[in-house]
Amino acid sequence: MIPELGHFALILTLCLALIQATVPLAGAFRGNLAWMAVGRSTAFGQFVFLLLAFGCLTYAFVTSDFSVAYVAENSNTRLPLIYRISAVWGAHEGSLLLWVTLLGAWSAAVAAFSRSLPPAMVARALAVMGMVSIGFLLFMLLTSNPFERLFPAPPEGRDLNPLLQDPGLAMHPPLLYMGYVGMSVAFSFALSAMIGGKLDAAWARWSRPWTTIAWVFLTLGITLGSWWSYNELGWGGWWFWDPVENASFMPWLAGTALIHSLAVTEKRGAFKNWTVLLALFAFSLSLLGTFLVRSGVLVSVHAFATDPSRGIFILVFLLIVVGSSLAVYAWRAPRIRGGGSFDLLSRESFLLGGNVLLVVIAVLVLLGTLAPLIYDALGWGKISVGFPWFNRMFSIFSPLLFVLLGLAPNSRWKHMDGGQLLRRIWIAGAAALITGLIFGLPFFHGASPLVGLGLALAVWITLANLATLLDRMKHKRSLGALLRQPASYYGMLLAHLGTAVAIVGVTLVSAYSVEKDLRMDPGDSTTLAGYRFEFEGAKPRPGPNYLAQHGIIRVYRGDRQVAVLEPEKRTYLSQTRPMTEAGIDVGFTRDLYASLGEPLSKGAWSMRLYYKPFVRWIWGGGVFIALGGLLAVADRRYRMAVARRTAAAGGGVLKTAGGKA
Amino acid sequence: MTPRRKKRLILVGLLLAGVTTGTALALYSFKQNLMFFYPPSDVVAGKAPAHHAFRLGGLVEKGSLKRRPNGLTVEFDVTDLKKSVHVQYTGILPDLFREGQGIVAKGRLGPGGIFIADEVLAKHDEKYMPPEVAASLKKAHAKGVTTAETQTP
Repeated sequence: MIPELGHFALILTLCLALIQATVPLAGAFRGNLAWMAVGRSTAFGQFVFLLLAFGCLTYAFVTSDFSVAYVAENSNTRLPLIYRISAVWGAHEGSLLLWVTLLGAWSAAVAAFSRSLPPAMVARALAVMGMVSIGFLLFMLLTSNPFERLFPAPPEGRDLNPLLQDPGLAMHPPLLYMGYVGMSVAFSFALSAMIGGKLDAAWARWSRPWTTIAWVFLTLGITLGSWWSYNELGWGGWWFWDPVENASFMPWLAGTALIHSLAVTEKRGAFKNWTVLLALFAFSLSLLGTFLVRSGVLVSVHAFATDPSRGIFILVFLLIVVGSSLAVYAWRAPRIRGGGSFDLLSRESFLLGGNVLLVVIAVLVLLGTLAPLIYDALGWGKISVGFPWFNRMFSIFSPLLFVLLGLAPNSRWKHMDGGQLLRRIWIAGAAALITGLIFGLPFFHGASPLVGLGLALAVWITLANLATLLDRMKHKRSLGALLRQPASYYGMLLAHLGTAVAIVGVTLVSAYSVEKDLRMDPGDSTTLAGYRFEFEGAKPRPGPNYLAQHGIIRVYRGDRQVAVLEPEKRTYLSQTRPMTEAGIDVGFTRDLYASLGEPLSKGAWSMRLYYKPFVRWIWGGGVFIALGGLLAVADRRYRMAVARRTAAAGGGVLKTAGGKA
Repeated sequence: MTPRRKKRLILVGLLLAGVTTGTALALYSFKQNLMFFYPPSDVVAGKAPAHHAFRLGGLVEKGSLKRRPNGLTVEFDVTDLKKSVHVQYTGILPDLFREGQGIVAKGRLGPGGIFIADEVLAKHDEKYMPPEVAASLKKAHAKGVTTAETQTP
């Protein structure tokens, strides 16, 4: 009964979405306030019914209702409760439900917090979100219904993919989807503003915090995904340029460009065309990401759906979304007026340069990701694009971006005097140059040009951004002055410093990781990067829903024991596949990492040992970047602006919404 | 030309030049980093590149897996049910590697037609068969090669 209730809730949501996509839009064209207000009610209604549907599916998982096919395929009575809940989005159907539910949440949030905006603007934006919702609901109801029943119901389920039984992956999809779906807000508002013909500072100011929040979620999702693959895949890598990683990285790149370009549009009124285009791209790339992951067209760890009708549905949907939004752009772009002019040396041109570089990187990643599809479709053979290509492309273009990361915050809007810029940044530049020379030239063992470049860039970004703090404090150096700087400024500072931290991590882990594959008998020891690894042997140890071979490796530095690594090889009872669980000793400056390969003769194991210097810095940097985004959103001026405008608008706006909030 | 226009032109010129050089570089390097996929039949027929890395995919032939003592070197045959290629690999095999399973190996041809792999991939789903492997098996199948071993992927 409960699953049918969930199914019914989805159908009702679809009806509401149909209303939301049409009535407010018509209202906006005809100037009918009552029709426009419908959008708010349907947005809340959709969210409520989606929550209901999501609750029903969760209930089916928690109670192990195997008469629901999706539950039977992805759960098991022995699965721990926490993973029974995360299994809701562990595969195709449920993750779509999560997608739509989050879209409902974002729409409801837009409906609730947009009272200070002109009603027509909100009505059009909600209508666009309603259209996106229709697409995904139809997709779910027609091709991938999570509530489909299975007769007769099996006594036991197939269990959740063991790879997904990890706290990191339980949280990874919701975060990533919050980011993907959140980009739909910027998308809807860009379309709405374009249709209304009013791309003004108010639009940019209003879009900024929403885009930043979505981008924060995307950042956290990507960071967590990277950490998860390091932990779970058992080969110590943190980024593989896997199509699915690329699928989340491309919207992130476009989103990063977008939040910077929105800043210019808000402050200076420039780049309007470009900002709108980026908003369209960021969301289109999010959809493309969903398409790549869900359709199974690409070979990947994550690709679960291999039903061609699903792939075609998303492809058609994607074409409609991209096509129609570009059509609106083509129709309206000629009317968009350019903003203030700026000089060659100015914050605008540095931000523009950064934007172009981000887009170039996104396009290259797109090329590398789609090339196998294109080659296959044209009958040129089956190819894959090598990991080194992505690395090389990234290391050619990203350093230029990082140079701009130090220049832009030190420049003024509109016009920057060259001498003044030089005075502000020369210390950072000199320090970076010295760092680069020390680590780049062969003064000591292990120095390499790439290490020099990476560390120099990190020093440059750090010092150049800190220089802006000094500049802001030049009139009054006191704690008070430090505290009076706006939160958004500190957000920028933190995010930029986070980038430097991540660069240090990436550089050092790429240059100085040590890896060893070897055979170890119980009692054997081996030395790696100054640490002695001693294998005690592996013994069987049962888990809740698996049986593990539990290995113990003691690690010594000199005579002192510094860590005990406990890697496991697990065999899940419900399926025959084995799973590697790495044993990791976490450290600020290095990780020690061991994973078991296969049992060889007489208690010996093939084994993989790693020394990973500064690998934590990569994710630490990601977290800093995300925190920077949060700090920027927390800035007082957004809240003050909202409060002021709501007060000015009076109760009238609230009344039309009928007290729905 | 006003000074403002001149500055704009310089900016646009700089951007264009940068993007063009970048793209040219990217495309040139792209061609060199492409890795083609070949089934064993093509490798035996000499269609695979002799001096360039490629990917080989197929099923691990039953009973062909041999492990050398005191090391991590393994040898096995990869087949598309028509022809098979001998593969040598030193390192840790993926969790899902087993005889009869579809795999993809990256590497290059060594002396004597042996494929020296530096990476072996088996996918993280036991029902899963890498699409290229499935497609090449289907092709072999269509040409009238049938064995009991062809389980539906």
